[in-house]
This record gives sequence, structure tokens and C-alpha cells, in this order.
Amino acid sequence: MWVRSTMAYRASFAMTALGNLAATALDFVTIVLMFGQVHTLGGFTLPEVAFLYGTAGTAFGFADLLLGSMDRLGRRVRDGTLDTLLLRPAPVLAQVAADKFALRRTGRIVQGLAVLGWSLARVDVHWTWWRIAMVPGMVVCGAVIFCAVFTAGAAFQFIAQDAAEVQNSVTYGGNTMLQYPPGIFARELVRGVTFVVPLAFVNWLPALRVLGEPDPLGLPGWLDFASPVAAALCCALAAAAWRAGLRAYRSTGS
Amino acid sequence: MRGFSAGFYAAVVTRGFRRYATYRTATAAGLFTNTVFGLIITYSYIALWSQRPHLGGYSQPQALTYVWLGQGLLTPMALMGGGFEDELGDRIRSGDVAVDLYRPADLQAWWLSADLGRAAFQLVARGVVPMCVGSLIFTLALPTAPLTWLFFLVSVALGLLVSFALRYLVALSFFWLLDGAGVSQVVWLAGLFFSGMLLPLSVFPGTLGAVARALPWSAMLQVPADVLLGRHRSGGAAGSLGFQAVWAVVLLAAGRAVQGLATRRVVVQGG
Repeated sequence: MWVRSTMAYRASFAMTALGNLAATALDFVTIVLMFGQVHTLGGFTLPEVAFLYGTAGTAFGFADLLLGSMDRLGRRVRDGTLDTLLLRPAPVLAQVAADKFALRRTGRIVQGLAVLGWSLARVDVHWTWWRIAMVPGMVVCGAVIFCAVFTAGAAFQFIAQDAAEVQNSVTYGGNTMLQYPPGIFARELVRGVTFVVPLAFVNWLPALRVLGEPDPLGLPGWLDFASPVAAALCCALAAAAWRAGLRAYRSTGS
Repeated sequence: MRGFSAGFYAAVVTRGFRRYATYRTATAAGLFTNTVFGLIITYSYIALWSQRPHLGGYSQPQALTYVWLGQGLLTPMALMGGGFEDELGDRIRSGDVAVDLYRPADLQAWWLSADLGRAAFQLVARGVVPMCVGSLIFTLALPTAPLTWLFFLVSVALGLLVSFALRYLVALSFFWLLDGAGVSQVVWLAGLFFSGMLLPLSVFPGTLGAVARALPWSAMLQVPADVLLGRHRSGGAAGSLGFQAVWAVVLLAAGRAVQGLATRRVVVQGG
């Protein structure tokens, strides 16, 4: 329904989708401007940073397209319109996700894929079959991890109804962080996004393996291949959090 | 104007302040986000400045001051939206603006007052705290001369006027475009990039940098930051503040002209 309603105003859709593409492209322009001043950043060349950018951006783009509306849940809890969704014979999660489904968010995916394609043509990597397989693996597992984060964030909003921005700091902030080499960040911060919110499994760890770069934390090498396990674990935790949140939900008013 | 005193508009400013002060959880959540982004950008700047000390004329502590100031001014300057413009845009789209136009208060002055109240609250709540957090974790280059801080405050106030005036023009465009989401997005994007939020404009190369520094968006972050860091454009502090003042006057006058045109020419929705 939201897709059809968007398509009713084709010119406006084209403009917002293009705007969305430009919006995300500006982050990359910023990185290119930085590389106008230096040859490497944190030991990574521009194509290598573009590889990080492309994998994180595409994975995040898919999750944002599917579940990007989840940050509206807090508002629904506050004004009581969540009750309407509870009465309908469809999963609440699917309904909240489909609410204001914004097709314009495809712009982010297109831009992420474009940067990823550009970087793949330029990075200096000896491509073996498992390295090739890891690239789509990163995008898929990354999208699943980001989806889990969106869901867990929404579950948190059952408790803190006004705190949608905290969720943004993990989702949008995490996406921004993953666009840069892990080596430039403080150790504690890298540990946080590895073990607390396991965003490092979206692209950092597998990308270090693909690019043949050293790991700043010196973690065991098999972790580079553990993204599917991390993604499955995230899903299980997010699902549990979501159910707990939904069960704890008390409607507004009487 | 029409019979309304400054006291009336001052009351609107106070209400704007109090309205935003009500959302305590949202403010705390926003502060958290500002801090997280401040950290991420700080580390990317450290990586950049450790390779190119004095890039763009900033020392590393100055560059980091710039980062945290950016996080502090992001919400007051409404660089990512969230000010009055969505509300006014909705009123224009639904036709409710017709009622506003019959009121004896001036439309532009009313919204300016409400937005200044909002900005004042966010300056205190979401401006001061990130600066403190940043200065606790990293070495910043904050000035000690009281006169520099005074100039900085004037510069922030002028930046807020420019920010309001631009967003007022965006909201008024809804009189002509019923779905103005595209326009607000384009202006919002331009603001983020050309204010210097993503990278200081002094790091932008050649012509792009010169153009970016001349556009009104630079009045919202680049100029206040440079006033605080004591790096003025030609003409010293007066030159910097004058640049902002000229844009504020031009854009406010443009808003007034467009408002006049809109109310005379356009048939309000539903009536």
C-alpha cells in the first residue's frame, strides 16, 4: 500500500529517492575529500575504505529499507495507536515495519552498491573463491545484524518511549563507524562494537580477512568467518527482546 | 507588529523554550547520539590530522574543538531539520495557515520567536553538554579571553537568524508545492554539507571551498567555529560577524517578500 501511495506522486518519489541517494553520497564525498589530503587513513587506501563503506552501506541500506520505520514505534506507544495494530490479525513487527514503508530508501542501497562495485574494481586483493563468497556474505549477514539492532531498539522503545535517538546512534552511528578502518578508533570503542553490539561482524572482521589487513584487537582468526553465527545470535536476542517488550506493553489511557 | 509589543514576542520565545524543555527523555537520548557521533568523527579527524598536522589551518586540538562544537550546534541550528518548518509546512498544506494569517500577530515574527525559544533551549541543553564531554575526553582549544566568547555568542545568534530565515523560505515553498518533502530534503542536505558539518570548509579544495565559504550555510557552523577559534576572515571579527549579518538581513527580507507574494497570490487549500 505504501509503495502504491508513493508511486501516486512519481515526480516527488523520483526527487526524494534521488535526494536520498545524494544524502548518502555526501558521506562518501567527505571521505574522498579527506583522501585529497592524505594517501592512507588508518593504514587503508581509498579503495579499501570504499570497500568498508560499500559493504556497511549496502547492508545498512537493506535493513533500513525493511525496518527503518521502527523508530516510529515510540510515538505509537505514546499516542496509543499501537493498539490498532494489536487488534489486526498480522504480526505486529511486520505491521510496524510496513508502516510508512519508504521506497525512497532504495537510494541508499544503490549508492552503497555503486561504491562497493568501484572499490572491488580497484582494491589490490588476490581473489580466491572464499574471498569472493565473503563479499555477498558480508552484505547478507550485515543486513541481518542491522535488522536485529533495529528490532532490539524498537523493543527498547516500549520502555523508553521518547528515546528513538538512542537507537539512531547505534544504527546510523554504527553505519558511519563501520565506514572507517577499525584501527583509527580507541580500543574500548572497537571492543564495544565487537562484543556489546556486535557490529564488527557486519564488515570489519570479514573485511580485514578479505583485504589481508591486521586486526587491531588481535582476535582469533576464525572470528573473521563467524558473521553468520553472530547474525543468528543477534536475531535470537532481538526476537526475545521484542517479545518481552510486546508482553510488557500496557496501553495508554484506561 | 500591528499593535503587538516586544513583550508579546518575548512571551512566544519563552513558550518555545518551555515547550522543548518538556521532552526530557528525548533531550537525553539526543545528547547520547551527539556524543556517539562526536566520538566517531573525532577519531576520524585524529587519523587525518596526525598525518597532516595543520590541515586547513587548524591544529589538532582546534580541529577537535570544531568537531564537538559541530555536535553542539547541530540541533540549535536545526542542520538536520526538526525545527518549526515541518509544523508550518503542515499548516500551509492543510490550509490552517489561513487562520494564522487572520491573527493580529505577524507570521514571520511569530515563528521566529517560537524558533528562537527552541534554539535557546537546545543551545543550553544540547550545545553545552557535548562541549563539556568533548573537553573532558580530549584536549580542546577553547579560548580564555572573555571578548572572544562574547563575539562567539553574537556569531551563534546571527547563525540562528540565518538558519531560521532559510527554513522559513523552505516552509513557504509549500504554498506552491503541495508535497515539499523534496525541497526540504535538498535544502537539508545542502545545509549539512555546506555548513561544514561533515568536514570543515577550510579543508575543501580550491573553488569548491571558496564557494562553500561564501554560501549562507557557512554562517551556521564554519563562521561561529572560526570566531571561537580566533580565525577570522578578512576584516577580523567584524568581517566574520558582518558576513553573517548580511546573509541574515538578505534572507529575512526574502522571506518577507515571499510571504507577501504567497498571501496575495495563492489560494489557500480548502478555501
